[in-house]
Amino acid sequence: MVAQPRAEAAQAGWREFIIEALIRVLGFSTIGFVLLIFLFLLREGVPTFYEVSPSNLFGTHWYPTFDLFGTLPLLLGSALVTVTAILIALPLGVATAVFVREVAPDWAREVLKPLIEVLAGIPSVVLGFFGMHVIAPLIRETLGVPTGLTVFTGGLLLAYMALPTIISVAEDALDAVPKSFRDAGLAMGATQWQTIWRVVVPAARSGITTAVLLGMGRAIGETMAVMMVTGNAARMPFTLDSLFRPARTMTATIAAEMGEVAQGSTHYHALFGIAIILFLLTFLINLVAASTIFKKQRRGGLR
Amino acid sequence: MVDPKIHLDKVSYAYGDNWVLRDVTLDIAANSVTVFFGPAGSGKTSLLRLINRLNDLVEGTQMKGRILLDGQDIYGSDIHVPQLRQRVGMVFALPLPLPGTIRENVLYGLKLAGIRDTSRLDESLERSLTQAALWEEVKDRLDDPSTDLSGGQQQRLCIARSLALEPDVLLLDEPTSGLDPISTRKVEDSLFALKQQYSIIIVPHSIQQAARIADQAAFFLMGELVEYAPRKELFTQPRDKRTEDYVTGRFG
Repeated sequence: MVAQPRAEAAQAGWREFIIEALIRVLGFSTIGFVLLIFLFLLREGVPTFYEVSPSNLFGTHWYPTFDLFGTLPLLLGSALVTVTAILIALPLGVATAVFVREVAPDWAREVLKPLIEVLAGIPSVVLGFFGMHVIAPLIRETLGVPTGLTVFTGGLLLAYMALPTIISVAEDALDAVPKSFRDAGLAMGATQWQTIWRVVVPAARSGITTAVLLGMGRAIGETMAVMMVTGNAARMPFTLDSLFRPARTMTATIAAEMGEVAQGSTHYHALFGIAIILFLLTFLINLVAASTIFKKQRRGGLR
Repeated sequence: MVDPKIHLDKVSYAYGDNWVLRDVTLDIAANSVTVFFGPAGSGKTSLLRLINRLNDLVEGTQMKGRILLDGQDIYGSDIHVPQLRQRVGMVFALPLPLPGTIRENVLYGLKLAGIRDTSRLDESLERSLTQAALWEEVKDRLDDPSTDLSGGQQQRLCIARSLALEPDVLLLDEPTSGLDPISTRKVEDSLFALKQQYSIIIVPHSIQQAARIADQAAFFLMGELVEYAPRKELFTQPRDKRTEDYVTGRFG
C-alpha cells in the first residue's frame, strides 16, 4: 500500500514535467519567431546599406526605376499621416473613454463597449474602400484640391482605426483610478466635470499616454487603407498645403512594389531596408508604451 | 442646545434593502468636536458621507429623514451640491494626495472654485497649512511633489486642502487610521486648535482616540444611535448597558 502511491506520484511528476516543458517551449518559441523575423529582415535588407550610397538612401527622391532610393519622403509621409491620425484620434478617443467610463449610464456603457470593439474588427480594406469613394470625393469638393487622396484623408481613416485601441486602453486606465480620488475631488466642492478633468484624467495620465502610443503603433504599421487613400506620390511634405496633398508611406511602398520586384535586386533589398526602419520604429514605440506601463506598476499606483 | 449647527432628523439609509442607519436623530453643536463611534458596520461612515452628500453618486441607495445645516435642508431642491461640499469639507481614512505639488494640492479646491487672486491664494496656502500643523515642515518645499511627504504629512496636507476652502463643518473619517502615534498626536492637536473655528465631526479609529478628543460622542450599533452625550458622561457613566460594555472593552 506504500509502493503504489509512490509510483503514481512518480507518474504525476513526469506528467507535470512534460506539460511544463511544453508550455515553456511554446512560450520561448514566440520570442524565437520574433527574432527569426528580424533576422530575415536583416538578411534581406542589410545589403541595401552597402549597395546604395547613404546620400542616395537618405535622399529626397524615391524612383527605383532610376536607381533613386531616397527613403526620406516615405519616412516623412508615414510620420505626417501618423501624426495627423493621432491629433484627430487623441481628443476623440480620450473623450469617448471618459464618456463611457465616467458619464454614460450603465445601459449605454453595455451597448457602447462591444460596439467599440466591433470597430476594431472592421477589415482595413473596407475602410479604405469607404475612404476612397466617400471621404476622398468629399474632401476634393469641399476643399477644392486636385485630388481627394491626401495625407488628411489617410490620417482620418487611421484615426478611426486607432480609436478602438485608444478608447479601450484609456478606459482601463480611468477604471484603475481609485474611487477615493473621485471622492476627494467631489469633497472639495468640484462638480462632476471638474473632478473628471482635473482629478481623474490627470491621475490616469500614464495609462492614457500608453493608449496613445499603442494607437500610434497601430497607425504607423497600417497598410491597406492608407495605400488606398493617400495617393501614393512620394513627395517631400514641406509645403504648407502638404496635409491636403498626396503622400506615400513606408508600408504602402512595400505593399505596392514588393509583388513586382525582382528577387535579390537592389530595389528588393531597399524595400526590406524600409521594413527594417519600420520594424525598429514600431518596436521603439511599443517599448516606450511598455515602459510607461512598467513605471506605473513599479510605483504601485497612478502617481 | 440652542440652534445646532447640524440637525439630523430621523435619518435612515439603505444600500438596496440593507438598512445601515435607522431613525438617527441628533443635534451637532457648532465649534466643537463630535465623535461618531461604534463597531465596524454600524453606519458611522455612511452617516458622515450623507452630511456632505458624497453618497449621491452611489447607486441603489435610499434615504429617509432630513439633515439640516444651519436650519436648511441639505437635500432640498434649492441646494447647489458643490457649494454644499465647499461648506462641509471631508478628510478620508487614507491620505489621498492628488497628483501634483504640495502647493497645488492645497489650492486645488480654491482654483476649482475659480479663485485666481495670487495674494489671496498665497494667504490661504499659509493659513491652511499652519492650521493643519504642517506649515513649518513644508514651507521651504511647497513646489515638491505631494507624494514626497510621509504618510502623516500627507494626511495633514489633506486636512489643509479641506481647510483652504474655509468650510463651516469638517468631516473626518478615521483620519489617523494609517498613521503612527506621533503623527496621530499632531493631527489630534491640530483638531483642538481647529474647533475654535469649525464644527468637527470625526469617526475615530479607536475608543481611546474617541475619549481623548470628543466634546460629545455618539455611540452607534448596527445602524442605531444607542447613546449621545458629552464626553465625560458617556465614557465614565454611560446610561446604556451596551455603551458601557463597548467602552469598557467587553465587546467590539
